This record gives sequence, structure tokens and C-alpha cells, in this order.
Amino acid sequence: MGLFDPVAGFGVTFRTMFRKTFTEEYPNKPKVTAPRFHGRHQLNRWPDGLEKCVGCELCAWACPADAIYVEGAQNTEEERFSPGERYGRVYQINYLRCILCGLCIEACPTRALTMTNEFELADDSRTDLIYDKDDLLAPLLPGMEQPPHPRRLGDDEQVYFLGLPAMGTPDERAGSIAGFEPRPVNQGYENRRKHKDLGGKPKPQDQVSSVQANESNGRLR
Amino acid sequence: MTVTAKPSTGSTDTGRLAAREDLVTLTIDDVEVSVPKGTLVIRAAELIGVAIPRFCDHPLLDPVGACRQCLVEVPDAGNGRGIPKPQASCTLEVAQGMVVKTQVSSPVADKAQHGNMEFLLINHPLDCPICDKGGECPLQNQAMSNGYGESRFTDVKRTYPKPVAISANVLLDRERCVLCARCTRFSEQVAGDPFISLIERGALQQVGIYEREPFQSYFSGNTIQICPVGALTSAEYRFRSRPFDLVSTPSVSEHDACGSAIRVDHRRGKVMRRQAGDDPEVNEEWITDKDRFAFAYGRGEDRLTRPLVREDGVLRPASWPEALDVAAEGLEKAVAGTRGEKVGVLVGGRLTLEDAYAYSKFARGVLGTNSIDFRARPHSAEEADFLAAAVAGTGRGVTYGDLETASSVLLVCLEPEEEAGAIFLRLRKAWRKQGLASWTLAPYRSRGAAKAGTTLVPTVPGAEAAWLDSWSAATGVALDAGSVLLVGERAAGLSGTLSAVLRLADRTGARVAWVPRRAGDRGAVEAGCLPNLLPGGRPVADPSARVDVASTWGIGSMPRHEGSDGDEMLVSAADGELAALVVGGVDPTDLADPAASLDGLERARFVVSLETRASLVTERADVVLPVSLMTERSGTFVDWEGRRRPFPAVLDAPNAMSDLRVLAALADALGRPLGFRKPEAALAELDELGPWEGARAAVPAFGPGEPARPGRDELVVATWRMGLDDSRALANEPYLAATARPAVARLSPATAAAHGVEVGADGLVEADVTLTNDRGELTLPLVVEPGMVDGAVWVPAKAPGRSVAEHLAVLPGDLVAVTVEPHVVEAAPRRAMPTDPITDPAVDDQGEGRAHRRDGDTGREAAS
Repeated sequence: MGLFDPVAGFGVTFRTMFRKTFTEEYPNKPKVTAPRFHGRHQLNRWPDGLEKCVGCELCAWACPADAIYVEGAQNTEEERFSPGERYGRVYQINYLRCILCGLCIEACPTRALTMTNEFELADDSRTDLIYDKDDLLAPLLPGMEQPPHPRRLGDDEQVYFLGLPAMGTPDERAGSIAGFEPRPVNQGYENRRKHKDLGGKPKPQDQVSSVQANESNGRLR
Repeated sequence: MTVTAKPSTGSTDTGRLAAREDLVTLTIDDVEVSVPKGTLVIRAAELIGVAIPRFCDHPLLDPVGACRQCLVEVPDAGNGRGIPKPQASCTLEVAQGMVVKTQVSSPVADKAQHGNMEFLLINHPLDCPICDKGGECPLQNQAMSNGYGESRFTDVKRTYPKPVAISANVLLDRERCVLCARCTRFSEQVAGDPFISLIERGALQQVGIYEREPFQSYFSGNTIQICPVGALTSAEYRFRSRPFDLVSTPSVSEHDACGSAIRVDHRRGKVMRRQAGDDPEVNEEWITDKDRFAFAYGRGEDRLTRPLVREDGVLRPASWPEALDVAAEGLEKAVAGTRGEKVGVLVGGRLTLEDAYAYSKFARGVLGTNSIDFRARPHSAEEADFLAAAVAGTGRGVTYGDLETASSVLLVCLEPEEEAGAIFLRLRKAWRKQGLASWTLAPYRSRGAAKAGTTLVPTVPGAEAAWLDSWSAATGVALDAGSVLLVGERAAGLSGTLSAVLRLADRTGARVAWVPRRAGDRGAVEAGCLPNLLPGGRPVADPSARVDVASTWGIGSMPRHEGSDGDEMLVSAADGELAALVVGGVDPTDLADPAASLDGLERARFVVSLETRASLVTERADVVLPVSLMTERSGTFVDWEGRRRPFPAVLDAPNAMSDLRVLAALADALGRPLGFRKPEAALAELDELGPWEGARAAVPAFGPGEPARPGRDELVVATWRMGLDDSRALANEPYLAATARPAVARLSPATAAAHGVEVGADGLVEADVTLTNDRGELTLPLVVEPGMVDGAVWVPAKAPGRSVAEHLAVLPGDLVAVTVEPHVVEAAPRRAMPTDPITDPAVDDQGEGRAHRRDGDTGREAAS
């Protein structure tokens, strides 16, 4: 046993003493994650508010934790939820099982399922942790209206995906979405204080934009 | 894939050795293989473990070479010369010394297959995520295994409006079609309903339907299953689930006596769909639409979930112990002091062998009565004697295979297409492949008979026995030991027919098979659910048979006298002679006289009903005990051949009470335990009992019945149940019910003319036929049927809302007054199909039967 061995044991301690302090202030302050952090899922919409999900269940197939349950159904002219023939009538993600691996969003053929950065998923009941379709659907942006409603972007579903803007540009075929403020996530105690009155988990629908589609911006070709 | 090297005709070793003489040896991928002459290269390759990709090839359909996916290189065609270009292995027969190189060893074949796959995918929409076939799709799989990862096609794909409903059941998506012609070949070759065809040419070639004829086939669902892409999908299963969600259970269809193998796919405790199973000895790979689509009957509001007990005239829910106690008390009261002479058991024909055996033992051993009858349909004492003498305990008799190899087949009171779909398909196959000669004793040549090449022996109902007794002399047709007589359950109502069938068989050496309609009928015969029969074909009248059963059951004595049959039971119940009735799955409207039957149930002093759904019986019962659906129980059906068809429970329902389990509980409550509570134990006991080896019951010797003598304006009724009609099994399945054949009345041209019908130049008539007797009347649109026997009127037995039994309470062979009323064209209901492209080839000659594309949806360019 050498003379300096007891001191050497403090090596890490001494080295850290002279470094800049790194304090994670979450939950006292909001947390900004890495941009591609795997958080809560979101079911996206077309610019007119119709759902992108076609109920194909490929996400459920890809899921290694068997956390996703989907039932498809057929759109009718009277009751249309997605531009094509089929939509996801039931969509559930069980966050007690989900491991946030992201295989589901890789499997999604329509980019209906993506992940947000939100990681504040803790809750105190089993039922609340099974997110239903209305919990997962993206908020209604300006120009969107809540399905069911007829196609606003064109006469068939091909218009929807053939008319997509170039990569990186927002899809503003149903009107500008520039003014839309997304709901802040990962707010820590802020979030809790804010949603205490609402009771239960915050829902995207709570953030529904007051701007609803009207004839002028909902009928773009 | 099924290997269909030609089936060896004999199962003996000599047969196999004899078949070896015409073996052909060829080399596939440097492996030498010997196969029977006539084998296709694609199947020979399967024998050495090489799967050549294919779409159009199907072992049970004639080769066509439509999809060109199975290309192989043939360096030597057996004559020393190679074939310069790749060949379709599904149409190429093997030759001695042939050399074949598949994609495994030949880059040429591999490239040809890859190129063809790229070709097939050019106009394919690649919408696998929303396609019902996605996940179990040969195109998907083979595009992965034998296709390029990338397409070089950059143009706009051809699109069509979709989906097109080609029938209520089947939806067509033409974009996905690879034009393999499996559906059209199936319809033409196997089912014989060529209402679907490939039309147009080139890039616009597509599957089309006849504009004048809907795709109304009893077998249309099979096209969905054999479609190698998602071009044909089921309306009922549309978007319901994906293959990887489904748990498959092999099972047996409960809808007819054919014992067809099916596969039941369920998801989360709910059956999503049923597919045909693969049983080459029974139904091959085909099932009827009823087998496939009719499984939602237990999902309605009428499903019974709790026992019901009648209190102050009203049924109220009760607990199982209470309901069983009330039932036991009522039955005990009825049995006490009467030695069981005052109770009756009506079983119904839809139960498994085990359940039927439980009823049989319950009646004899617990209630002490022989009054038990499974025949929930018109029946007779002659039929009971026939079943005892020629059917019960005879084991496997005539089989499907025997139908194919028979020298001739005579159908008596049986319409295979309507009453036993798998038999129809076999008869048609035998006629197509072997030229099987068949005859039917029927009033007219039905579409099914025409499709199976069956010759009509025009018979007024009631005259069957006379025809059979003078068969050779009257028809000049000789039956021999290779012939088969198929006799349907309808023969029961026509006095003397069953006796005459046995006499004819005795004279000619032909074999007889009894074909009932319901899945449980043959099993119930084996289990002894008849007033004159104990299990295993033991006659009640034979004391040694009674002792045999009593000793196996461990009971002191068996009821000695033959019991009453179903009709007698209901009559004595109405008279108040019967103290109690135990009723299984019986629908009174299936009986000969529904009104009288309901009256009997109404007046019976105590009725215990074991039912799955609220019915006319449960409405009149004193105790209703809800039993489980077929999907929740395991058991065995015995098909018409006598072949046992065991099946497991599809859904795991631990608390499900089958008939057997309920009867066991009831027997316990009565203090005379049944001795088993599970189907396995019941079957073991039945097997321990075994078939009767003593003297068989005497053959019924009824002479031909007195033929009906129609008075003025009177005609003889001919009727049978249609494959799809007002059956309770079709409940909650609107798509299937919509494919039922229209309800019409048929008259021969001469009879129609005698009733003042003028047939137009186009063969069409606009008239309604009204059948009247003292019970009521029934009106149906008229179809004049060329070749039909005079003096008879045919009507479907149970068309929705037009049940013959309920309106007229007549049986085939009875007389009704008939009037024909030309109807006003404006008020005409939907016209029935007047002519038939199969029975009436003239339609094709006029060119009107040709397939037409649906209005105006030509292929159009995709939206750009």
C-alpha cells in the first residue's frame, strides 16, 4: 500500500471540485430534451384535420412490448376519418408496457405515428396510462377540423400525399399554421400546477386551437 | 402446398407397385427424381424441396399458366434439345430424361422470375397496409423472396375505382389483381357458377361479372381464400383484423352434415372469420359460404346468458343452482310413479356426438324413457326403422372418395348443392374428371343437378318409391355393386321411399348412404337419440341390447318399450298426457306443423329448454338453461359418411356450459348421476359400449305410398330447404343472407299453360303463384321450368317470411290448390332469375350472357 493511495482515492472528488457545476433543474424548471428524444406518441393529421392513421396495425406488429392495440374500420362517405378507405377506429397505446423504442414509428407507412419529446407520462392508475386515440391525436392546427368530415384537400386520397410540400416545409395546404403555438411539454412542476385543475392527464384536445377550418381555408386544391 | 402426384387408386401395396410402372425420371436442379407420368414440373420440384414461386397454379384447379411467375429453364426437354426460352413450370408436364433448372441453380430462371415479378408489380397499388391480405399474401411473400427490392417503373399506375362489390359477400379490387384466373377457374371448374370472368385485353384486362347475373354462388367465399393477392376480399371481414392478430383453430363446420374442415380465426375472444381447412378426404379445400360466413348467430340480443325460471307466468333470471333445482323438481314430479312414460326428450340435430350421447343416456338412465327424438324436421316411423336397420352403428360407409370412383350415383330426395355442399362439389368433380353418371329423382333439374351433370328422372313427390321399385325396367339404367344411392332426409316424409331404397340396393348390390342436413344428425343416430334405438345401433326391442347398455351404464333396468317420436311427443304434450319435455336445440318452425308443435309446447305441463338463444321454445319453457355456443365447446361431429370429425373448443370459456355439462348437473340434481361431465369421458364411454354386434333391427318393408291424386286446380307440392334461407344460423350476417337465391315457385310449361300462363317470346313470365289449403296461403313469383314434371309445384321450404310449413303445414307429396295471377308490372317485386345460363345455353348464343364490364369504369389514369 503506497503512501499516496488514500489521497488517490479522492481523485475524482478533487477533479470535479474544479469543474463547472452541472445541475439538472428539472422539475423545478422545464426540461429541453434532445430533438429526437423518444417521448409520448402522437397520431398526426392531414392539414384539413383528417387522420393519417389507416389502422394497418403495422405499429402493433412491430411493437416488441405488445403495447399497441389497433382496430381498423371502413370510412363511409357519411362518416370519414381519413382520406382513404380505411381508418383506425380504435387506437390504444399502453404506456405501462411501452418501452419507447420507436420501432412503431419506423413501421408506420403513413407517418401517422410519430413521437413527441414529452416524457411526463407518470400517472397513478392503469386506465389513465392506456392512451386512447383521442389522447394520442395531434392537436388541431389552424385550418384543421375535427373528423369525421369530407375530404377538404381534394376528391380522392391521392391528392393528399401527392400534393405534399417539399421536405422540411410545413404543409400549409389548408391555411397558414404560422401562428400556432404548440403546447409546452416537460414543464416539471409548472406543468403540474397548470393542469391540476383539469384533473387527470393533459390532453392534446385541451390545447385545441380556436381557429377552425372555414370555407376559405379548408377547401384548397 | 398440396402435392398432387396422381392419387394411387388402390391403397394396397400391389396398387402402389402397379402405379410405379409409369414413373418418369427427370433431373431438377441436378437432383434426379421419379414422378408419375403427367406430373407437372412445379410439383415434381416440390418433391425435391424446391418451391418455385407461383400465383395461378393451384393443385385443385386445371393448369392455365396465366401469371408466368413460375418460369424455369429447360436445358433438355427429354428429347436432347433444350427449350430456348424459360418455360412456365405449372403447365409443363414432366418427360423422361428432362432436365429442369429452377431459380435455385439457373440465373436465367431467376432473372426471368424477378423480371416477371417486377412486371406484376408495375400496376399493383402496393397498398399492403390497408389490404386485408397483407401479412398472408403470396404476392407480398414472393415479391420479397423472388423480386427486386426496387422498381424501375416511374410512370403513373393504372387505377380503378374500388372496391367493386361483385356480390354482397365478395369485394373486388381490380388494381391489386395479377390476373391469375384462380377465381374464375374455381367458379367455372369447381363450383360451376361462371358468373365471374376475365374480360378486356392487355393492360385493361380485369375480372368482371355478368351484368345480368349477380355472382350468386354458394361457394363464392372460396375465391376470396384462393386469391393470391388482395383483389377479392370479404365484405364481412373487411378491415376487421390482420393475420398476425388472429389465433387459428382447426374446427369442423356445424352447418351441414358434410363435416367440412374449417379454420376458425379469432382475436381477443371473438371469432373474426372462418376459412376452409384442408382435408383431401372430406371437403378438399372448399367450403360453402354458409360454413364460411355464418358464425355471428350467437352475437345478437337474443343470446341467453343466464338461466331463466318461470314465476307467475313470467320468465325471470335465476342462478344456475336455483334453475337446476327447479328443473330437477319439475322433472322428478313428472317421472315419479310413471317409470318415465310421461316425459319426452327432443334433442335437435345440431349437437355433437357427445352431447347427443348425454341426451340419450339422460333420457334412458335418468328419466327412464325411450321417448327421445333428434329429428327436428318432418319424420316418420319408417325413417326410424330405416336408421335402425341401415345406418346406426354401421361405421364409415360410403365416403367422398367412393363418390368419385362410383360407377353411378342415384340421388333420392337429395339436392346436394342446397343440402350438402361438399357432396355437390365431389359429384361435380367426379363428373368433370371421371364422367360420373348420376341420376336424381326430383321434380325438376335444379341448377345444382345441371352443374353436376345429373340426369333428371322427373318425379312427382310421392312417386319415388314406385320409380325405385321399377328402376331398371322404367329407366333402362343398370345399377351395380359400384353404384351409390344417396338418400336425403326428406325421404322420411314420403312413405315407402326409404324401404324402396333398401330394396333397390338389395337387388342391385349398390351401396346406400343416408345424407341428413344437420351436422349432428348422424351423431345423434349413433348416440341412440331415437325412440327405437339405443347407443351404437342397439335396437330397444332387443332384450340383450338393453342388458348390454344397462350393464355398461351400471343401472338396474332400461325402459323396455319403444318411445314416442317427436311429433307424437308434441301431440301428447298438447293433450296433457306428457308431464314434462326436455327440449334441446329445436326450432319448432322446422317441424312439419309448426303451429301444432308450438301448441304442444304451450300446453305441456313442464318444459325444460336447453338453448343458446331465445327462441319459440324458450318463450314457452318453464326453465331455460343457457348452453354454450359451438365455438366454446369441444366435441365430435359424425358426418354423413359415418366419419368422426373431432374439433377442439375455439374460445376458452371456462364457465361455458355445454348441453352435456348441463345434463350432467341436472342428473346430479335428480340424484342419478350421468357418470361424466366432459365430452372426453362421454366419448370414452360410448366407445366402450361400441357398435352393436347382435342382430340388427329389421329392414322396413313399406310398400310404395299411395300417390296423391290432384283434383281440379290442385298440384302436388315439391319443396326442399335452400342452402341459404330463413335459417337461424344466418342471423346477424346480412352480407351472406343477401346472396340467397330469390324465392320463386316453379311450374312445368304444361302445368303453367293449364293455369293460363302465357310465356312471352323471351321465356319470361310475369305472374305470381298462390298456393292455398285449409291452413293458409303462400304467394311466390312464378318461374316456368322447362323439363319439370307436370302436376307439381315447387316452392322453397323456408324462404324468409314464406315458410311452407308455417303458411301451409304441408310436406312434399301433399296437395295444395294453386292459382296463378299475372302481376302488375309496376308493383312487381324484384324479378327472379328467369333463365339460367347453365340450364339454358341459348342465353350464351344470344351473346347476352357475355361478361360485361361494370358501367363505364374503364381504367383511367391516376390523378396527377
